[in-house]
Amino acid sequence: MIRSELIQKIADENPHLYQRDVEKIVNTIFEEITGAMSRGDRVELRGFGAFSVKKRDARLGRNPRTGESVEVEEKCVPFFKTGKLLRDRLNGK
Amino acid sequence: MSEKTLTRMDLSEAIFREVGLSRNDAAQLVESVLEHMSDALVEGEQVKISSFGTFSVREKAARVGRNPKTGKEVPIEPRRVLTFRPSHLMKDRVAAGNKS
Repeated sequence: MIRSELIQKIADENPHLYQRDVEKIVNTIFEEITGAMSRGDRVELRGFGAFSVKKRDARLGRNPRTGESVEVEEKCVPFFKTGKLLRDRLNGK
Repeated sequence: MSEKTLTRMDLSEAIFREVGLSRNDAAQLVESVLEHMSDALVEGEQVKISSFGTFSVREKAARVGRNPKTGKEVPIEPRRVLTFRPSHLMKDRVAAGNKS
């Protein structure tokens, strides 16, 4: 399923809404989640999962082509943990 | 880092702000979106949201695990796990926003 298919499903269920509003609603949800993480915040959606930010320490990397050592700076990366309900549903519980 | 936790309520509030729906209707729509994504994943489908990321289901084989407290071996059944791969755009925004 891709973004446009998700939008279509929501639009089909809500014939009273304009298509462009459904697009805006779906886009707002994903934008809020990304925005929160870029401020270092967590997003907890009980039953579905939680988005958080994890810090990766600085490390000495290697250019795989030349074999040269390069310093990789400390950085923050997005992380998702599946919620209990969804995890159980995936396994038919 | 500020370390706030956003919930469904904050997402509904954003929809109320952006689109002007009632908070009740907004909450219902947040639920529908999560529901449709979950249903697709339970069906084994991938959910690919451009410029956000991809959720996919992976099959894990059975293995023998160990209770870390007692050291006793316990069988772990084959199971399905969900993985999320953030898009480059999300990675870049999260990295840029949390630079120390």
